[in-house]
Amino acid sequence: MKHTFRELLRFRYELYESLRIAVEQVLQHKTRAALTALGVMIGVLAVSLMGTAVAGIDKGFNDSLAMFGKDVFYVGRWPWGNVGDEWRTYRMRPQFRFDDAVRVNEIISQTPNSLLELAVSRDERHRRVRFGNNSVEGVQIVGTSHTYPQVSPAEMKEGRFFSEHEDVSGIRVVVLGHDIADVLFPGVSPIGKSVIIRNQPFEVVGVFARQGEFLGLFSLDEMVAVPQKASPSARWDRRDVQIMIKMREGANKNLAMQEIEGAIRRVRGLMPEFPNDFEINRTELIEAELGPVKKGVTMAGIFITGLSLFVGAIGIMNITFVAVRERTKEIGTRRAIGAPRRAILTQFLVEAVFICLIGGAVGLVFTFIIQEMFKNIMPAFPLVFSWDLLFIAVMASVITGILSGFAPAWTAARLDPAEALRHD
Amino acid sequence: MTPVIDIRDVWKTYDLGETKVHALRGVSLQIMPNEYVAIMGPSGSGKSTLMNMLGCLDTPTSGHYEFKGQNVADMSDNELARVRNKELGFVFQSFNLLARSTTLRNVELPLVYAGLDPEERRERAMKACEQVGLGNRWKHRPNELSGGQRQRVAIARALVNDPSLILADEPTGNLDSKTGQEIMALLEELHMKGNTIVLVTHEDDIAAHAHRKIRLFDGQVVEDSITDRGMQHKSR
Repeated sequence: MKHTFRELLRFRYELYESLRIAVEQVLQHKTRAALTALGVMIGVLAVSLMGTAVAGIDKGFNDSLAMFGKDVFYVGRWPWGNVGDEWRTYRMRPQFRFDDAVRVNEIISQTPNSLLELAVSRDERHRRVRFGNNSVEGVQIVGTSHTYPQVSPAEMKEGRFFSEHEDVSGIRVVVLGHDIADVLFPGVSPIGKSVIIRNQPFEVVGVFARQGEFLGLFSLDEMVAVPQKASPSARWDRRDVQIMIKMREGANKNLAMQEIEGAIRRVRGLMPEFPNDFEINRTELIEAELGPVKKGVTMAGIFITGLSLFVGAIGIMNITFVAVRERTKEIGTRRAIGAPRRAILTQFLVEAVFICLIGGAVGLVFTFIIQEMFKNIMPAFPLVFSWDLLFIAVMASVITGILSGFAPAWTAARLDPAEALRHD
Repeated sequence: MTPVIDIRDVWKTYDLGETKVHALRGVSLQIMPNEYVAIMGPSGSGKSTLMNMLGCLDTPTSGHYEFKGQNVADMSDNELARVRNKELGFVFQSFNLLARSTTLRNVELPLVYAGLDPEERRERAMKACEQVGLGNRWKHRPNELSGGQRQRVAIARALVNDPSLILADEPTGNLDSKTGQEIMALLEELHMKGNTIVLVTHEDDIAAHAHRKIRLFDGQVVEDSITDRGMQHKSR
């Protein structure tokens, strides 16, 4: 016990001595150290930028998914994702109607301890929206009910969402997506103005707050919402709609899905022997669809960064070999006065790691600079800085130092002391 | 009394593939505490090999080697390093100081590997510097010191761990004769204080400072005699 403690103390002094030598060596060979550190710097820069990008993609991905609403299921004829050859089957299914959402809500209110909160129907089509001389083609017009904000994470920038009265009476009012409002009403507030959709005027009552988009899956910025009954098409009650069903917070997703399944089957009047003629879609399905893409990006990132770090590591290894050669006599001297092999190994490892850490630190500084620049150039791209990054960069430097320094340090430690002393 | 060095029939053979070189052919040697021995011999005589062996930098191919009663011949690398650290002090021809380090740090170095705490290192290093007459040149780096002063730093480093044996390999080889004499006087003084010293040299007048002279030729001891100074010392 006492022996181990003394060994530990001894190792601490050796480590401290090694660090001192490392600092001295770097100061003595400034250019050499700088050039070597440059390789590691680029490696760490690649690692941390890639880390930021991957984290950013992840965030954008999650943000995009969040736009579907938390705990919201989308019931409709079609499944999300690739339907392939099955599309005929789905097409044959009976459509959902506006009233179906009303029925679902009735069922929810009749079910004791229902896991579900609210059903809201929505349909969409694409039309031109015009104000004065400004117009936008193919805008997504979402016809829905006044309860839509309860199932959607949409927030208002100005104005309000349409009211129950406007909804029930089918008054022609509209809530504009942020970008649509920007294009149609540059520099002025659109509230109270009327836009033209399919030759009919719609009064603007509100504008959605900017949501930003990354994956473009579902962007509130480029849609407008109108009361379903005011929908600019004939026979609003004959449109095929999707039903958004929100479950109670914290409810079990699978149980909630079972309840939805039962409710929808009741609405559809399906006999027990018939299979479902609808789909309950969840954001998880998109995740599953996009997961491989995300994975691919991450893998490519790891490969590229790994490559650049590898190049940096070769530089470190090379320079450490040179240092061992140059200081063979010093190694001999240290061995003669009682340095064990471990001390020599430690010394050169510490030197390698030290240079790597310098490179890593500079690399991190550059990462921040580049990130700041990037933010100005591409504000839409979600860059995420995390403290993990700092940790990853430091760990990458240390591991690179140890791995690349090991071979030369080992050579140094294995030198025959008598021969090393004879070296000039 | 246990001899500091007890070598019996030591052979050292270098295997150079086709040929085998016998650097030492059955050397036997005992050195008692507080002896002052000069090892002489032309190059190729096995002088360096013997010195490496005595300095525990190398182990014999065959034969018996006890350092202060410990069997050194079969020791592992780490054990040898510990013996060098605790029991031996090296003085080299070209001083072998760390160029970027101050006098004090150079002298302290063996104590770092011994695992002593910084205060004790400093204290002992200062004492060693005083012993070799370095005065207060603690903060100087080797390039700010004269050759003689550098060798004094090296001697202080050899002394700092209070070794059982000081091994000096051509300690005056890189010094002018006057400075060389000063260094020899310092070694003499250390011997008087009770240190055991082995001096490796090829110069007769340097060897004359020692009290015992061992001459090697072709890997064998061909002479082992008391020098004039040794005689004087004994008769005193």
